[in-house]
Amino acid sequence: MTPRLSATRDIPIGEQTGLVAEIAARFGSDGYLTAVQPTKDEIPTIWVEKHRLHEILRYVKSELPRPFPMLFDLSATDERLRRHHDGLPIGTFTVFYHLFSFDRNQSLRIKVALDDEALSLPSSINLWPNADWYEREIFDMFGIRFDGHPFLRRLLMPSWWEGYPLRKDHPSRATEVGQFQMPPEKLVMAQDALQFKPEEWGLARTHHDQDSDFDYMFINLGPAHTGTHGVLRLVAQLAGEEIINIVPDIGFHHRSQEKIAERQTWHSFIPYTDRVDYLQGVLNEMPYCLSVERLAGVTVPPRAQVIRVMMSEFYRIASHLVWYGTFAGDIGALSPVFYMFNDRERILSITEAICGGRMHPNWLRIGGVARDLPIGWDKLVRQFIDWFPSRLDDYERLVMDNPILKQRTVGIGVLSLDDAIAWGATGPMLRACGLPWDLRKVRPYSGYEQFDFEVPVASHGDCYDRALVHVLELRQSLRIIRQCLDSMPSGPYTSLDALATPPLKTHTMQDIETLINHFVGVSWGPVLPPGEAEVPTESSKGQTSYYLTSDGSQLSYRTRIRTPSFAHIQMVPLMARGELLSDLLAVLGSVDYVLSDVDR
Amino acid sequence: MIDWSHTALTIAVILGSCLTLAGMLIWVERRLLGVWQERYGPNRLGPGGCLQSLADMIKIFTKEDWIPPFADKAVFVITPAIVVITALMSFAVIPIAPNFVVADLNVGVLFFLAMSSLAAYSVIIGGWASNNKFAFLGSLRAIAQLLSYEVFMGISLMGAVILAGSFNLSDIVNAQQHQWFVIPQFLGFLGFFMAGLAEAHRTPFDMPEAEAELVAGYHSEYSGMKFGMFFVGEYLSILLLSAMTVILFFGGWHGPWLPPVVWFGLKMFGFIALIILIRAAWPRFRFDQLLSFGWKVVMPLALINLLVTGGVVLWRAG
Repeated sequence: MTPRLSATRDIPIGEQTGLVAEIAARFGSDGYLTAVQPTKDEIPTIWVEKHRLHEILRYVKSELPRPFPMLFDLSATDERLRRHHDGLPIGTFTVFYHLFSFDRNQSLRIKVALDDEALSLPSSINLWPNADWYEREIFDMFGIRFDGHPFLRRLLMPSWWEGYPLRKDHPSRATEVGQFQMPPEKLVMAQDALQFKPEEWGLARTHHDQDSDFDYMFINLGPAHTGTHGVLRLVAQLAGEEIINIVPDIGFHHRSQEKIAERQTWHSFIPYTDRVDYLQGVLNEMPYCLSVERLAGVTVPPRAQVIRVMMSEFYRIASHLVWYGTFAGDIGALSPVFYMFNDRERILSITEAICGGRMHPNWLRIGGVARDLPIGWDKLVRQFIDWFPSRLDDYERLVMDNPILKQRTVGIGVLSLDDAIAWGATGPMLRACGLPWDLRKVRPYSGYEQFDFEVPVASHGDCYDRALVHVLELRQSLRIIRQCLDSMPSGPYTSLDALATPPLKTHTMQDIETLINHFVGVSWGPVLPPGEAEVPTESSKGQTSYYLTSDGSQLSYRTRIRTPSFAHIQMVPLMARGELLSDLLAVLGSVDYVLSDVDR
Repeated sequence: MIDWSHTALTIAVILGSCLTLAGMLIWVERRLLGVWQERYGPNRLGPGGCLQSLADMIKIFTKEDWIPPFADKAVFVITPAIVVITALMSFAVIPIAPNFVVADLNVGVLFFLAMSSLAAYSVIIGGWASNNKFAFLGSLRAIAQLLSYEVFMGISLMGAVILAGSFNLSDIVNAQQHQWFVIPQFLGFLGFFMAGLAEAHRTPFDMPEAEAELVAGYHSEYSGMKFGMFFVGEYLSILLLSAMTVILFFGGWHGPWLPPVVWFGLKMFGFIALIILIRAAWPRFRFDQLLSFGWKVVMPLALINLLVTGGVVLWRAG
C-alpha cells in the first residue's frame, strides 16, 4: 500500500525529501546528521549525533519553517541483538523521537544511538512538557537516564523492581525467573514504596504567606476508587476542596504488551492488541495490522477494507457509549450508564454475530479480516442504524441539554490549543480545542477517503466541549456505517498475497506450494522482511500507533505502542489545577481514557 | 387510661409502619429505578422481590460490627442512632388521619424543624468521628449544605403557617379542606421541597455522599448495621419529606370517596416516586453551586413569598 495523503483539504502533502533536505542544509555539513534511514512507512527518519540532539530538536520544534510542535511519541529500542544493521550507525540502544507537524501534515522520526558506557541523554522536558512521562518510561524500561529530568524515577514498574523489562536480557516469561516470592519484609518494602511523600514530588506540605498559614490536605484517589474507572491512582494536594496539584500514579494495569509482542509471531499478537484498549476492539487491531501490512507489502482487497471500516466504526460507537455513560455518572447522573450499556450490548451482539467475539473480537488478519461477513449481517446492521439515532436524541436531551450538567462542565478543565499540542493531545481532546484534526480525513487509511463524513469540532476545550465532540462523533460513525452497508463491495475478504496470514484455504488441498505456504504461515508464522513501519490511526480516544521493527524473522524485534490515553492522563494535572475536587471527576470523565490503554 | 392505650397503640402502629415502610422503600426505589433504567431490579425474593430488604437486613445484622481503630469510638457508635431517632421522633407530630397522631403538638412545625436540625449533627459528627479524609470532606460539605438549607426550609413553610394561622399540623391540614396550600404557596412548596431534598441528601443535592468523588462521603467508614441505620435513616427522611409536603401543601388526608389514611398514603407515594424519579433523571450539583443557588435564588424567593403572603393575609384581615 502506498501512503494515501490527500490534498483535498488545505493541508499540504508531506514533503519527505524536502524536509530532510531542509534539516540537512542546517546541520548536515557539521556531521550532526549521521544517517538518513529509509523506512517502509516513508516517515523521514534521521539519525543524529548524541551531543547535538537537543540543538536539532529545538530547531525542528521552533526554528524550522512550518515546525514540528508536537512530540507524538518517544521511546527506545535495545539494539544489542539486532542482525540487520543496513549500514546504520546503530549502537547498543536507540532512542527515537516521533515528532509531528500539523502545518506539513507530516511525521519526523529522529533517532539517536547510545553506547553502553554512557546511557544518558539530555532531557527534552523544556521543549515538550509531555516528554516527562515518556522519559520516565524509557528510564523504567531501558535504564537510560535523562539529564535534567526533575523526577526521573520508575513510571510503570514498582520502584523496587530490579532490571529493565524491555531490555533484551530481561526475562519475558514468569517461568524464566523462578518462583515468585513475597516474604514479609518485601511486602513491607513494597507497601512503603506506595507511601506518598509530597517532598519527593516537589510539593509543599504547608502553605505560608503573610495572609494565611495552613497545612495542605493530600487525598489519595485510587488505585481502587469509584471515580477513576480502573486502577489509576491520583494524589491530590488540596486547600479546602481546591486542587493545588495532582500527581498521577500509573502502572497498576501494566502488562508489558510491548515485551509480549517480542515473543509472539506477527500473526499471534493480533488478539493481544484487543487488550490494549479493551473498549475499542477492532480499533486496536487496525493500526497494528496496517503497520504489519506496510512491512510485508500486502495490499488489502476493497471488501476487507470496508469491513474493517464498518467494524471500526461499530467499536468507536461502543467505546464512546461507555464513555458517555460513565461521564454522566461522574457528574452524578445515575441512569444514563444503564441506557448506554444496553445500547452497547446491541452493538456487541452484532459484532459477536460477525466476529464471534465481543470485547475482544480478534477480527483483523494480516491482509484482510478473519472470515467473510455472515449471511444476514445487513439486516442486523440496518436494524441498529435505523433504531439508534432516536436513542441519541433522547440522550442529548437527558445528558447534554441538562442544565446541571452544563453548570458542572462548561468552563471546567479548560485546555488551550497550544497546551493541547504541546502535551501531545490527539483525537476528541484535540478537536475540542478547535483543531479539526482527524487522521481519517487528513491522512486517510483503509479507504476512509471514500466515505462522506464530517469531523466534529468544538472551540473552548472545556469538559463540555470534549463531551460534545464525542457525542457528535457518534452520529458521524453511524453515517459511515450506513455507507458501508449501502455499498459493501464484493470480492475476497483477505489478500491472496503470500504473506497474508492465515492464507485462503481454497487451493490448499490442491497444490503443494499453497499447502506449504499455509503450513509455514500458520504453524511458524509469516517471516517479514527487515524494516520499520508505523501507521498511526484515529482510534476512539485519539491516535494509536504501533511502531514495528522487523529484523527479518517471524517475531517482532521491537513493538512500540503509542496510545492516546497515556498522553491524556499525563495532562490531567494541567486541566484540574485550580478547580474543585468535584471538577476533577468532570475532567477525568471528559478525558475518556482506559487504564489498559494508559499502562499497556 | 383509654388515652394512654390509644397513644401507645398509635406509637406502635406508626413506629412499626415507618420502619417497615422505610425497609420496603429501599425495594421500591430499586424496582422503580429498574423500570426507568431498562432493567429489572431485585425481583427474586418473594412476590416481585419485595422481601429483598428483609434478606439485606439479615445480611447486614450478621455482618461483623467493625469500628476502625483510628475512629473516635463513642461518637462513631452514637451517630447512626441519632439519624434514626431524630427521623422517627419527627413522625410523632405527623397527623396521618384525623386523630391519628402520636402527639398533636401546638408547635408541631417547630418540633419537625428542630428534629431535622438535630439530624444534621449526625452527618457532621459521623464524618468527623470517622477520622477519614473522604468522610471529613463529606461532612464539611454537609455542614455548609445543611446550614444554608435549614434556613430557608423554615422560611418557605412559614407561608403555609400564616395561611392556617397555626403551628399545629392538624390545623394546617384542616385549613386546606377547600383549597390546597400548594396553589397560593407554590413558591413555598418549591423551596420546601428543594430544602427537603438537600436535607435528605438526595440527588441533585447529594454532595455529602457523592459516590463518584468521595466514595460514600460521611459514612464511608460505616459498615454492618451502623451503615444500615444510615441507610434506613435516609429512607425515613424521604418518608418524612413526603409526609410533610403532603401535610403542608397538598391537603394532608383530605380527598373524596376514599378513607383519609388511603389518601394520605397515595399522596405520599406520589412524592416518593417523584423523589426517586429525580434521582433517576438528574446529575449532581457541585456544592459551591448548590450554596450559591440556595442563597441567591431560593432564599430571596422564599423571603418574597413570605412577605407577600403575610401582606395578603393582613390586608384580608383588614
